[in-house]
Amino acid sequence: MSTATTHDDHHHHGAPSGLMRWVKTTNHKDIGTLYLWFSFIMLLIGGAMAMVIRAELFQPGLQFVQPQFFNTMTTMHGLIMVFGAIMPAMVGLANWQIPMMIGAPDMALPRMNNWSFWILPFAGTMLLSTLFMDGGGPAFGWTFYAPLSTTFAPKSTDFFIFAVHMLGFSSIMGSINIIATVLNMRAPGMTLMKMPLFVWTWFITAFLLIAVMPVLAGAVTMMLTDRNFGTSFFEAAGGGDPVLFQHVFWFFGHPEVYIMILPAFGVVSEIIPTFARKKLFGYSSMVYATASIAFLSFLVWAHHMFTTGMPVAGELYFMYATVMISVPTAVKVFNWTATMWRGSMTFETPMLWAIAFVFLFSIGGFTGLMLGVAPSDMQYQDSYFVVAHFHYVLVTGALFAIIGAFYYWVPKWTGHMYDERLGKIHFWWSVISVNVLFFPQHFLGLAGMPRRIPDYSLQFADWNMVSSLGGFAFGLAQVFFLFIVIKTIRGGTPATAQVWEGAHGLEWTVPSPAPYHTFETAPEVK
Amino acid sequence: MFANILRRTLCSLWGALVLLGTGNAVAGFSDTLNLRQGATDISHRVYNLHMLILGICVVVCAAVFAVLIYSLMTHRKSKGAVPATFHESTTVEIIWTTIPFLILVGMAVPATTTLLALEDTRDADMTIQVTGYQWKWKYDYLDSDISFFSVLTTPPDEYQLDATAKKDENYLLEVDNPIVVPINKKIRFLITSNDVIHSWWVPDLGWKQDAVPGFINDAWTELDKPGTYRGRCAELCGKGHAYMPIVLVAKTQEDYDAWVAQQKGAKEAAAAAGNKTWTMEDLMARGEKVYTANCVACHQANGEGIPGLFPALAGSAIATGPVAGHMDRVMHGKAGTAMQAFGPQLNDVDLAAVITFERNSFGNHQGDMVQPSDIAAAR
Repeated sequence: MSTATTHDDHHHHGAPSGLMRWVKTTNHKDIGTLYLWFSFIMLLIGGAMAMVIRAELFQPGLQFVQPQFFNTMTTMHGLIMVFGAIMPAMVGLANWQIPMMIGAPDMALPRMNNWSFWILPFAGTMLLSTLFMDGGGPAFGWTFYAPLSTTFAPKSTDFFIFAVHMLGFSSIMGSINIIATVLNMRAPGMTLMKMPLFVWTWFITAFLLIAVMPVLAGAVTMMLTDRNFGTSFFEAAGGGDPVLFQHVFWFFGHPEVYIMILPAFGVVSEIIPTFARKKLFGYSSMVYATASIAFLSFLVWAHHMFTTGMPVAGELYFMYATVMISVPTAVKVFNWTATMWRGSMTFETPMLWAIAFVFLFSIGGFTGLMLGVAPSDMQYQDSYFVVAHFHYVLVTGALFAIIGAFYYWVPKWTGHMYDERLGKIHFWWSVISVNVLFFPQHFLGLAGMPRRIPDYSLQFADWNMVSSLGGFAFGLAQVFFLFIVIKTIRGGTPATAQVWEGAHGLEWTVPSPAPYHTFETAPEVK
Repeated sequence: MFANILRRTLCSLWGALVLLGTGNAVAGFSDTLNLRQGATDISHRVYNLHMLILGICVVVCAAVFAVLIYSLMTHRKSKGAVPATFHESTTVEIIWTTIPFLILVGMAVPATTTLLALEDTRDADMTIQVTGYQWKWKYDYLDSDISFFSVLTTPPDEYQLDATAKKDENYLLEVDNPIVVPINKKIRFLITSNDVIHSWWVPDLGWKQDAVPGFINDAWTELDKPGTYRGRCAELCGKGHAYMPIVLVAKTQEDYDAWVAQQKGAKEAAAAAGNKTWTMEDLMARGEKVYTANCVACHQANGEGIPGLFPALAGSAIATGPVAGHMDRVMHGKAGTAMQAFGPQLNDVDLAAVITFERNSFGNHQGDMVQPSDIAAAR
């Protein structure tokens, strides 16, 4: 407390110390660190749940858990990874980097920034606490389709609903902050079309978040009143419609997947030019492609619902609109390829993660295209093919970009270089095991294995075993990552301000580690 | 158990090595690599569409990856590569926006025709209503007054009690009463649900269709070969989601007609059984079977239920209270919970048997009996 007082008296110095530094901080770097640690803890918790799932699916029969608990694991794994790991990690990167990349001293709304973080641990704890309640935690899948999540759900579901509300508040406040920062805090000369692509992708993502988080809040509120106050939004017997829930959910849910992937596009668009020593190819088309993907993401939600009994005209429209998204996405992949083309590449750890992103995200993109084709989706829908698809875009897409971003910017954050040899081991270990984990799931889905089952018939036994072995190896690799993170924070070769030979941008003009306050005098951008 | 896991692991790893080494068929691995071609015209068209789009994806993917890999190998600083300075080209951007667009238009044509055929349920020869329940399927033949439930028959001890028990070939894919259809007839399915959303999926038919409570979806198929086709529920529907398989048997018209006659005979026999007075032993024996098929998923084999989710029957106020209250709960269910109304699902004998069984098992010793005639009177 006393340090906080001193802090007010003297303006130009480092961080205050003690626990209250973190509780009361309004510093974008501190808050970025909090977000990143929170998301890492959630990644490990959600990952532990994935290990339970893969252990149970290692062979046919029930070995470790009962079906109800298995469903709780798949549900909580999805919720924790989406709302606890990927989204907060992206916000953490935004907090650390956006002010430094646009030459701002801090976020535009620092007190709100503190609040939007500190809601998260409470929401996460409330969500996790459902595991210990009578009847167990939510067991209806992360998509929580009614009426399984209303009439037929355990009592703890009301806690889940409030946790989702709180996560939504946090996301909306975080997004308002990012938009306000980008629009008001740019250094002189930093025009919109000069902003680094990471800032652009987050700027667009923030609009997506503000648009769809209220929709999610509406969906869970209708669930709440259906469950407790006798309404029938999703109850056919009372004049409601269970499929309405899916429309509302996916109107949130489809933009949500772009919320998780657009900042990842931004990260990769920063890393690749640095290590190819060549400017990003087609900067403006990258900005336009990001904006078109964001716009189209509002128009395609029902491609998640081809088997719900939509009219044929609806199916045709959603099929055409969905496959259209592959055009701007393909443009992005071509642009990254053209950036590397005739560059002068080196392969430090961040670059390896970014290259893996381009390859493996493309695979997830192609299976996404296949899923968008309505008649064949009648076979793929709700099978392991879908599971493989979205893990390719979210694990080897979003998560790989986040890990790449860590290696890329951690010298700026800590002033220490990470151990290059350990970073490369982490990369190769992860990239091999993640493919052993998820690639066979394409085969399982095509062969007819539905998702979200604790037990399966015998023809699926072999590939499930391979997938589980990959899963255990991939899980262990992320514990190794924790070791690398701690080792880097504690010490390492001192980093220069520039860090990477090919790095461009304002964040590389400040010393490493970045001082507690940067750009108190705005830099001039030419 | 762990020795077993280890043994299976080693076997599987060996299988994977052989597969990689020879590129050859190892049963379990190579049988489950691709979409099934299925058994109907529609399923073949869906399969061909799948192969077409997969082919396009593989070709485009290979082309992009080839360029990437060439660049990664060649344009390296360690090989003395000097970075070029180009960073935009409107011509190139237009070309690589247009080409994917044209490919997509090309794909949309076969996709559209297949979708229209798949959704065309007009002019069906017969109609079967499919209703999803937690966790079983009910089939109503709307043209011939046949109606029955289809429940998993894999014994619980194969998956629940002793997970290492040897598993049958049709583990989790076998039912007591399969849905039987004639070949060479266009069969329309009307699909709905009694509780939560399920999804009726037989991969060999080429589609799945969600079963939504309160709404009716339709789909169709026409098989040309007799055979047995197996599938599963595809939409998460609660804890028994993995345990509600579908078995569809296609028969020639003669065999199908014989089956219809046999179903009608069975119905009369059941009616006759309801008219006689049953002994305690017979009711208890039958009741245990009915309980295992219908009640065990929630209330558990020991009648203890799952605390907080499904109430116990052992010592419960209903199962040890007045018979009338017990009959009412079983026959009419409890609104707003997973407890279904079994009155319309089970016949008088089965209801009488299962209620008697519940009142005299799991430490309940009511000693009273419910006769089929009591149920008939209460209907």
